[in-house]
Amino acid sequence: MNRKSTFIAALAVFALGIGGTALDARKKDKEEEQKAAPASKSAPFPSTYKAYPGIATAIRNVTIFDGEGGRIENGVLFMSGGKINSIGGPDTPIPADVAVFDGAGKFITPGVIDIHSHLGDYPSPGVDAHSDGNEATSPTTPEVWAEHSVWPQDPGFSRALANGGVTSLQVLPGSANLMGGRTVTLKNVYARTVQGMKFPGAPYGLKMACGENPKRVYGGKGRMPSTRMGNLAVNRQTWIKAEEYRKKLKGGKEVTRDLALETLAGVLDGEILVHNHCYRADEMAQVIDMAKEFGYKVSTFHHAVESYKIADMLAAEGICSAVWADWWGFKMEAYDAIPENAALIHNAGACTIIHSDDANQIQRLNQEAAKVQADGRAMGIDISDAEVVRWFTYNPAKAIGIAEMTGSLQIGKMADVVLWNGNPLSVYSRPEKVWVDGALLYDAKDPARRPVSDFELGQPGEGDVK
Amino acid sequence: MKRLLLFIATFSIALPASAQTVAITGGRVVIGDGSPAIENGTVVLSNGKIVAAGANVAIPAGAKRIDANGKFVTPGLFAGFSRVGLVEVGAVEAANDERAATSVFSASLDVQYALNPYTSPIAVSRAAGVTRAVVSPGIGRSIFGGMGAIVDLGSDANMMTRARAFQFVELGETGHAKAGGSRSAAHMMFRAMLDEARRYAVNPADLDMDLLKPADARALLPVLNGSMPLLVHVESAGDIVQVLGLRTDFPALKLVLIGASEGWRVADAIATANVPVIASALNDLPDAFETLAATQSNIGRMSRAGVKVAIGMINDSDAHQLRYTPQYAGNLVALTRVPGAAGLSWDEAFAAISSRPAEILGLAATLGSLKPGRQADVVVWSGDPLELSSQAEIVFIDGAQQPLSNRQQRLRDRYKTPSEGALPKAYER
Repeated sequence: MNRKSTFIAALAVFALGIGGTALDARKKDKEEEQKAAPASKSAPFPSTYKAYPGIATAIRNVTIFDGEGGRIENGVLFMSGGKINSIGGPDTPIPADVAVFDGAGKFITPGVIDIHSHLGDYPSPGVDAHSDGNEATSPTTPEVWAEHSVWPQDPGFSRALANGGVTSLQVLPGSANLMGGRTVTLKNVYARTVQGMKFPGAPYGLKMACGENPKRVYGGKGRMPSTRMGNLAVNRQTWIKAEEYRKKLKGGKEVTRDLALETLAGVLDGEILVHNHCYRADEMAQVIDMAKEFGYKVSTFHHAVESYKIADMLAAEGICSAVWADWWGFKMEAYDAIPENAALIHNAGACTIIHSDDANQIQRLNQEAAKVQADGRAMGIDISDAEVVRWFTYNPAKAIGIAEMTGSLQIGKMADVVLWNGNPLSVYSRPEKVWVDGALLYDAKDPARRPVSDFELGQPGEGDVK
Repeated sequence: MKRLLLFIATFSIALPASAQTVAITGGRVVIGDGSPAIENGTVVLSNGKIVAAGANVAIPAGAKRIDANGKFVTPGLFAGFSRVGLVEVGAVEAANDERAATSVFSASLDVQYALNPYTSPIAVSRAAGVTRAVVSPGIGRSIFGGMGAIVDLGSDANMMTRARAFQFVELGETGHAKAGGSRSAAHMMFRAMLDEARRYAVNPADLDMDLLKPADARALLPVLNGSMPLLVHVESAGDIVQVLGLRTDFPALKLVLIGASEGWRVADAIATANVPVIASALNDLPDAFETLAATQSNIGRMSRAGVKVAIGMINDSDAHQLRYTPQYAGNLVALTRVPGAAGLSWDEAFAAISSRPAEILGLAATLGSLKPGRQADVVVWSGDPLELSSQAEIVFIDGAQQPLSNRQQRLRDRYKTPSEGALPKAYER
């Protein structure tokens, strides 16, 4: 299969997953349920995020990666009103009376998106009092919501912005539990409250985990699950309860609200996206079958270090793999990790995402992607820079469910934009400016545009370059 | 018998690989001592040593030639701080010898007996151009972890460059917790242990020791007299100052700071004390109260103040990911283009992962650069070694060209096409 047809196949897979008919059916279900059970459809803890004001800005003479595989040389990007207003080659008109930057030698990408972060729920400093990522008291806790653990003063948000160009991120519960709870997607903009960071209109996710962690944590407490077969059994029993609950809701029956089952019913309805921590290929295949048994879909396998072994299956199922470039060997299920993993996933036409799971590497998702590109090239898989940029922009946006709003530089989308001082796939490049919804929130040349969380105020190193 | 004779004959004819004379020509040659790269240079190695490197180098007759036109030729990377060779799988206790959590011994623990040249991280790191490493034990029951080693990452069974190369001690938050929960406890324990060792030196029959076994006391003697470097892990500015102050009572200590995330705040004091530092390159988070002022500019600022600094992997995938070393160095170069930040020039950044670790450990005369007489650890790179797109193509250690295949590559090749063929994947190799 040549590259183009691989690409088309990948698109087709996406279309199958969330294409017209499926969407319509879900919409219909949604409407019915809103009648049947308004309580589960209420939206508590709503986002209060408001875009900060920006000035109409154009960057010209710049290399643009649009996030969806496009590359424009000597390009022009114009944003106003918080949105991408126009994008194109050197002839793209720039209105009079707007700020214009010359981008010679520089590059533009969409804001970087990390699909797997624990900023806020495992914040810095990593003291016990801040350890809020795992409700490790029961193997299934779909009732907990990560946003209720997120500390909006985590200094890590500022590093992700300034060094990593990260404008949106999904924060997940940890992986101690089979069902760890709801994820939350944030705009990487400091606020006094978590609600003030919540990405407006982003769907929820459910964090699930395969493998070593749940069985170790609960086996260690002398309770189920203590094995991989126990993992699957507990999951399936829980899904059966969720099916029953959903059936009652659908039948218009009076039910006592159950936060855990509400989340799981949301998954079965296709409104809450499953983000499944799963390292090993054989376990991913088991999860795929479990999802079919209960009629839900896995959006993304996270930490999927063995996706390369079943990249064809993942392409056929339309499931994304969110992976590190090269982490390996820290535990048995990471033993077969290889640095070509993402390149092989991409090569099979499956959705590829580079994630961090780490407050340090979230600052270098671009570099991590570049390393995979190099390792792919060394084995004869050539992937263009513009395609590689998708792995940390458009693809995670798609997998989180926010690609209609951000993740690529399409006209009308949020003006989440990074201006890099060189090719973002070079080790020598850094963000020079970062806009979120058209507001300039980081400027390497202006210390006043460098966020400092409450925690760092008055501390040594306050406001330093980090 | 006949076959055995033939076998012996074959071997007696072939020169050992390291004895061969090799000339690597046409590349951009990086000496590794911080000097500028040399275009179109030549590197000659023979008998396991560097003969010459630079422009206008004569190529001995009969030398095997390697064309490095368009490529970089550098000394092998020297990992300034690591646990390579001690761990196969981190979370598998039996396959992890990083620390002796429940041993009755402390300073006498010696990593040379734990090092395993066949752990897969060695082959993986070698394929990424890492040829030497500082290997330190972690701590068990005491603040002292024991004696570390300098190793090579060659494919042969003998990886030891220098055993008992240094002693390792934790005097930051980890050490405070271990010593009883405070900084005063850690310093008291440190002083009391060295005092016991001193008493032991005066009278080995004096077994009235609370904290040390005789073996531990013996291991601390070279630390006391300064013949063995003491690598001290500390992060905060305050802890660094306390460590520098130890010289008042123990004047001979040959201190090396490890970590030192807040070193920039007391860089002048470190420079004045003439204490070198092996630092984390990119720590920039207040992930503990001892790293509140961490910044990626730390190394650049310390270097500017005159501190000798190398890059190490401190509690940072230190057994498996030595291949991050050039990426870290490259990021320090990137900082030179960030307003207000301090980084390193390319030449200095490369030195921080080649000659500086060798200098800090007292091995500059034999390792870490392409100067004549050094062990011939040489890497030919497809391009700029600090750039993410480059690969190590040829690796020499002690003059012997190294195999670069490893378990990860085998898995890669097996699954280049993921679907099964005529037989199960288990038959594809």
